[in-house]
Amino acid sequence: MTTAPVSPVSVPEKLLLAVVGLGLLLLLPVAFDADAQRARLCFFAALGLLSAGTLGWSWWKFGRGPAGVRQNNLWLRASTARGALAWLMAVVLTGFYVVLYWFSADNGQGNFGPLNQLVHALDPVSQALRHRPADQWFLYGTFYTLAVLLMGGRALWKYRHSPYQRVRTASVMFFQLGFAFLLPGLLLAFQRPEYYFSYFWPLKYDYLFPGTVGYLLKDGGPALGVFMVFWGAVMSFVATPVLTYFFGKRWYCSWVCGCGGLAETAGDPYRHLSDKSRTAWRWEVRLIYPILGFIVLVTVLLWLGAAGALPGWFTTPRQSGLPLVSGLSPVDGLSKVYGFFIGSIFSGVIGVGFYPLMGSRVWCRFGCPMAAYLGLLQKYFSRFRISTNGGQCISCGNCSNACEMGIDVKQYAQRGEPIIRASCVGCGLCSTVCPRGVLNLENGPREGRYQASPLISADSLRILG
Amino acid sequence: MHLVIIGNGITGVTCALTARRLRPEARITLVAEESPHHISRPALMYVYLGHLRLPDIKPYEDWFWAENRLELVHATATAFDAQARTVQLSTGASLAYDALLLATGSRSRPGQWPGRELAGVQGFVTLPDLAQMTRDTHGIGQAVVVGGGLIGIELAEMLAAKGVAVTMLVREAHYWGSVLPPEEGALVQRQLDAHHITVRYATELDALLPDGLGRVRAVRTRTGEELPAQWVGLAIGVEPNTDLARTGGLEVARGILVDELLRTSAPQVYAAGDCAQHRQPGPGELAVEQLWYTGRQQGETVAYAICGQPRPYRRGVWFNSAKFFDLEYQTYGRVPARPDPAEHSFCWQHPSGCHLLRLNFRSDTLAVTGVNVLGLRHRHETWHRWLQAGTPAPQVLAELGAANFDPEFFRRYEADIVAAFNQQFPQHPVVRQRRTGWFGR
Repeated sequence: MTTAPVSPVSVPEKLLLAVVGLGLLLLLPVAFDADAQRARLCFFAALGLLSAGTLGWSWWKFGRGPAGVRQNNLWLRASTARGALAWLMAVVLTGFYVVLYWFSADNGQGNFGPLNQLVHALDPVSQALRHRPADQWFLYGTFYTLAVLLMGGRALWKYRHSPYQRVRTASVMFFQLGFAFLLPGLLLAFQRPEYYFSYFWPLKYDYLFPGTVGYLLKDGGPALGVFMVFWGAVMSFVATPVLTYFFGKRWYCSWVCGCGGLAETAGDPYRHLSDKSRTAWRWEVRLIYPILGFIVLVTVLLWLGAAGALPGWFTTPRQSGLPLVSGLSPVDGLSKVYGFFIGSIFSGVIGVGFYPLMGSRVWCRFGCPMAAYLGLLQKYFSRFRISTNGGQCISCGNCSNACEMGIDVKQYAQRGEPIIRASCVGCGLCSTVCPRGVLNLENGPREGRYQASPLISADSLRILG
Repeated sequence: MHLVIIGNGITGVTCALTARRLRPEARITLVAEESPHHISRPALMYVYLGHLRLPDIKPYEDWFWAENRLELVHATATAFDAQARTVQLSTGASLAYDALLLATGSRSRPGQWPGRELAGVQGFVTLPDLAQMTRDTHGIGQAVVVGGGLIGIELAEMLAAKGVAVTMLVREAHYWGSVLPPEEGALVQRQLDAHHITVRYATELDALLPDGLGRVRAVRTRTGEELPAQWVGLAIGVEPNTDLARTGGLEVARGILVDELLRTSAPQVYAAGDCAQHRQPGPGELAVEQLWYTGRQQGETVAYAICGQPRPYRRGVWFNSAKFFDLEYQTYGRVPARPDPAEHSFCWQHPSGCHLLRLNFRSDTLAVTGVNVLGLRHRHETWHRWLQAGTPAPQVLAELGAANFDPEFFRRYEADIVAAFNQQFPQHPVVRQRRTGWFGR
C-alpha cells in the first residue's frame, strides 16, 4: 500500500525548526573555538536559540488551535518512524554519551577532553550555583535539565487538554529542576555531599553501598549525613512499598524519577516506538529481574564484606586479565562490572541514545532494577490498576501505540480486563489517547482488582507466557 | 466438527474465539478476502492519519492464530452449497463444513449519482478503501464528503489533517440529525468550526463532474451549485453484503434473514454481524445492527449455538461511543433524536460548549431510559445497572459521581448538573450524595 500523504510543514514551523538547528550548530564553535570568551558567548547564544526555537516550535505545533490528541504523521515522518533522521539522532545521542562517559574525564589540569570548552563555558553558572568550577557531569546535568524543561513545555502544550498530563508533566519538571539540579548544586555550595533526594537504591545503587553510606555520614556532618542515609533507606524500604501500594509505581516512575522525566518530555516524540510484541515482553522479563537480582546480590555482598562476614577470598584484591576488574576484590569487581555494564552502558548509552529507535523507555523497561522492584510491588501489593470501561473498546490500538513501556494495552481492553502489569509506569497516555473513553487509571480497592467486565465475555486464550 | 467462518471481522473472529473456548477440539477455519489477519476497521482512519501502522491495527499478533489452531484462508468465498455443505473459494479449492457462519459484513452504499464511477470517488469502509484513498488523496487541495454521520466526520478529520479543504454535504438540518438531538449536534458543530470544516446542511448531491481524464473535478448540488473537489467521499451509510448468501439460496431481505439463534434459512448455516437481518427484532430494536459491539455479541451467540449451548441473541442495553474530532461521545440506553412524548429529556451543557449530559427518563415512573455524554467519560457498568433496573432519574443524579470515568484531576461537573436539574425539575428535587472518604470509588 502506498504511504498516506503527509501534511505540509508550514513556513513558520520550518523557521522555528531552523532556529533549533542553528542553536545546535552554534554548539560546534563552542567545542572548537580556542578563544574561551567567544566560546562562552556562542554557548549561551546556542542555549538561547535552542530554548526559543524548541518552545516556539512547540507552541506553533501544539499550542495554537483546538486542544486535543495530536498524533498526526507520527509513523509517516522519518524523524519519528525510525527513518534516516532518527538514525542520525540516535548516533549523535549515543556518541555524546560515549564521549561523556569515557573520554571527558578531568585530566587533572581542568581539561575535559572533547567537551572541554563546553564544560568551561558553564563555569560562571556552576560558580554561582555550586561555588566551584563546572565539570563534565555539571554540563550533562545542565543539558539534561534543559531537555526536561524545554520538552516539558512541549508536552504541556501537546497534552494541555488533559489535566492529568499537565500535572504529571509539571511534576517531573519540578523534580528534575529542584531535586536533581538545584538542590545537589546547593549542597555542594555548602560543602556538603552532592545528594539527589529523588533517586533511591536500587536505581541509584551506590546510595546504599557501605562506601557511600560511610562517606555521607562523614562528609554530610552529624545531622545532614545521617538524614541523607536515613532518607535513602526509608525511601527504598518503607516509602516505596507504601506509596506503591496506594498509587502504583507511577508515583515514582512517571512523576518523580529523572530518567522517567526525560522519557516523558524529551522522549515523548518516540514513545510509540517501543516494541509491543510478545517477544519483546519475553526479553523484558529475562533482563530486568536478573538485573534486580544482580544489584541486590552486589549490595548484600558489599555489606557482608564490610561487616567481615565473608571469607577472605571475597574481599582480597587480586590481579586478573580483565582490565575492568584487575586489582579489585571479587566483591568490588562485581560492583564495578554492574556499574560499567548496567549503570553506564545500559542506563545511559543505550537508555537514552536509542530513544529514536527503540522508544523512550528502553532502560526503564528492560534494565532498571528500581522499576523491577516497583513492578513486583505494583503487581502483587497495590491498589492500582487501569480499569477498562465495559464493552466500549473497538481494538483500535491507539493505547498500545502510545504505551512507552511496550504493553499491548488493547489486549486487555478488548477483553474488558483491568490492566495490571508490573511494567506499567502509569503515564496515563493510553487513557489520554483512547478515542472511546475506555481506560482509566484508578487506585481502587484491592477486592475485585482483577475482575473483568461482565459486559464482555472475555476469551480465555493466552496472550503472554 | 469443522466450523467455517466467512469474514474475519469482529463478528467472525469473536465466533472463532468463543467456539475455540467452548470446543477445544473443533477445527475452525476463517476465510477472508479483505486481509489475511483480523484488523480493526474502526481504526483504519488512524493509519491514514499516521497515528498507527497497518500491523498496529491487528487486534492479535500473527502467532495468535496458529497457537490457537485457527486456520486462516486468505481468499474470496465465491459460492456455497447448502446441500453438499461445501464452500467454493476463489483459489479453486472447496471447503467442507459442518457449520457455516456468514459474517460478510457490510459495504458502502454506492448511491446512484451520475459520475459515481469517476476516479477519486469512493466510500470508506474496508482496507481496500483505505488503500484507494491513500493513493488518490496525494496532492489534492479540495475534497467533498457526502453524508453527515460517523464515517463522514471521520473522513473530514482525515482530510483536514492533511491540509485539504473539506466541505461536507449533509441532508439533515444538523450533524447526524437522525441520531443526535439538536444540542448534541450543536456541540459537534463547534468542533467542525474549530477545525475549519465547511458544512452545507440541508444540501444534497446531484452529480459528480469529471475533469476529462476520468477523474472527479467537482460536485454539483441539487441547487445547481458547483463545488470544486479532486476527491469525493461517499459516506451515506452501509448496506449488508449478501452476495454469498444469495449464491446459496438463503432467504435475504435487506440482510440475510436470521432467527434469534442467528440461524439462516438453511440448516447449519448462520449469519451474524452487519450482514444479518433479524426476522423479529425486539421492540425498539433494529433489524440490521451495524456496530462493532453488536457484531461481537452476535459472533458469540453463533458460537454458543454451534457448540450445542444455544442461547438466544439478546442485545441488552444499547451503548455506543464515537469521537468527533476532539469531542468524545458515549451513549447508554435509548436517546432518540426527537423527544419521545412519554419521556422527559434533561440536558445540561457547560458554558464552554465542550461538555454535555442528556438524561432521558419516563415522565410517569421517572425511570431513566438513556443518556448521552459529550466531553465526559461515563462508566458502562454503572449505566448498564441503572438502565436495566429502571432507576429513577433523581436517584441517578444523586449518585451521578459513581458513573464518572474521567481521569484523575479532571474537573467534575456533578454539582453543576444536579443544580441545573433542580432548576429545571423542581418537582423532583435531588440531593447529591458526596463520595465518602478518600478511597470512595
